[in-house]
Amino acid sequence: MKLILRDVVKTYGGLRALDGLNLAFEDTTCLALIGPSGGGKSTTLRLLSGLEAPTSGSIAVNGQEIGEDTDRRHQFRKQVGVVFQAYNLFPHLTALANVALPLEKVHGYSKADAILKSESLFERFHLEDHMMKKPAELSGGQNQRVAIARAIAPDPDIVFLDEPTSALDPEMTAEVLDAIYGLIEGEKRIVIATHQMGFAQRAADTVALIAEGKLVEAGPSKQVIEAPNTPRAQKFVSACLDR
Amino acid sequence: MPSTSLFLEPRNGDTAKNKSVRKAVSFLVAILILSIVLFASFSALSYQWNWEAAFRYRLKFLEGWLTTLKISSVSFIFAFAIGSLSTLCSRSRFLPLKHLSSLYVELIRGTPLLVQIFLFYYVIADAANVQNRYVVGVAIMAIFSGAYISEILRAGIEGVGRSQLLSAKSIGFTEYQTFRHVIAPQALRSSLPALAGQTANLIKDSSLLSIIAISEFTLNAQEVNAITYSSFESFFPLAIGYLIITLPIMRLSRYIEERLRYDT
Repeated sequence: MKLILRDVVKTYGGLRALDGLNLAFEDTTCLALIGPSGGGKSTTLRLLSGLEAPTSGSIAVNGQEIGEDTDRRHQFRKQVGVVFQAYNLFPHLTALANVALPLEKVHGYSKADAILKSESLFERFHLEDHMMKKPAELSGGQNQRVAIARAIAPDPDIVFLDEPTSALDPEMTAEVLDAIYGLIEGEKRIVIATHQMGFAQRAADTVALIAEGKLVEAGPSKQVIEAPNTPRAQKFVSACLDR
Repeated sequence: MPSTSLFLEPRNGDTAKNKSVRKAVSFLVAILILSIVLFASFSALSYQWNWEAAFRYRLKFLEGWLTTLKISSVSFIFAFAIGSLSTLCSRSRFLPLKHLSSLYVELIRGTPLLVQIFLFYYVIADAANVQNRYVVGVAIMAIFSGAYISEILRAGIEGVGRSQLLSAKSIGFTEYQTFRHVIAPQALRSSLPALAGQTANLIKDSSLLSIIAISEFTLNAQEVNAITYSSFESFFPLAIGYLIITLPIMRLSRYIEERLRYDT
């Protein structure tokens, strides 16, 4: 996929979350956004996935301009999937309905086809026993896998994951990371904001380090994580490795 | 089980059997206390009971009770419609509608129902040339209760988390689909207990319609009292008649609350 962000600024009230971010990748299959909390990773992900409009600047994904136009962003959102840190499943629906509903209402599947396709995804993520449960009855790891199933059900071009394991314990984190490795093997294009440096190094082919609302360093994951060029990146990476 | 623990709920869990014993005993004690208080007050009264006179008018009680039930049911349906509409208006981006809604809610909630009944009956209904006082009664109750329902629904909608809206956006829902499949079902569920409470209020408040001579339950009881001069024998059945409707509603509300509880 091709991602271009040019002079992107995003403010929330008085807070300047992104302060002139520039980023360009001609062809990447899995991009990991790393950096300190509150540095702008999640904001970048929300803008890239068309959930929010930038205050200024331009954003293009695969040559498609997705900046300020509301309708264009809505169309774009239908072509991509998003996974959130807190799963954000609908608590009043069963796990199965959470996956099937968007297929039926947004992507024009018949009800039967939507359920059939959802069921096959539950099997793929080893969740067949939990289809009829509500999110409150599932563990965090199970919920997050349901959320991943929901995101990939309509066969999106790109899947955006916003710190998908940050709310999980190590065991559940492993479950969810396995599911994400599965997506990469299935040749899904992925953008993931994460604190899992080991995962970023192994799974991502490119990494962008974002801090204080700006791009610090971007490039092949091995280079950025193992041999960062800038002092700011060196500081962040060494802090991560110390843990 | 020692005897004191018959009345004390243990802090750390309980077996089902002990719980039901404790519940039954405590309930009886509560009833006993209430009976003693009532008995003491009435024996101090030296009152000549005359249940026969009241019993002769049992059909009048029944008719009134049914009328109250009918007026309340129809009023609730309209109140819900008005309340929903007002809630939608309050969320509209068209500002006059928004202000109209908040004005409606504030005026209705800020004035006594009694005043509204007088104003509506003697001014508005008269000007609009509505002759049927039952239509007027239903309209008043619907408009009155609608304001409260509007606030209940608005709170329910505002209680739906921002993360849910973001989630709906991310899967490509339109604004309408988000409302239909995400906001409305969640808001309605969280509003149900308050809505049940408001329904009970509506039924009780409808007793004020007696002042514009709608022969509902309260007015009929007043008439029985006027004919037989037996106040208590008229008003006891009145209280019980209201409880027969409101108690199940409150029970139902608690049941729904238990069943629909889910964490977000």
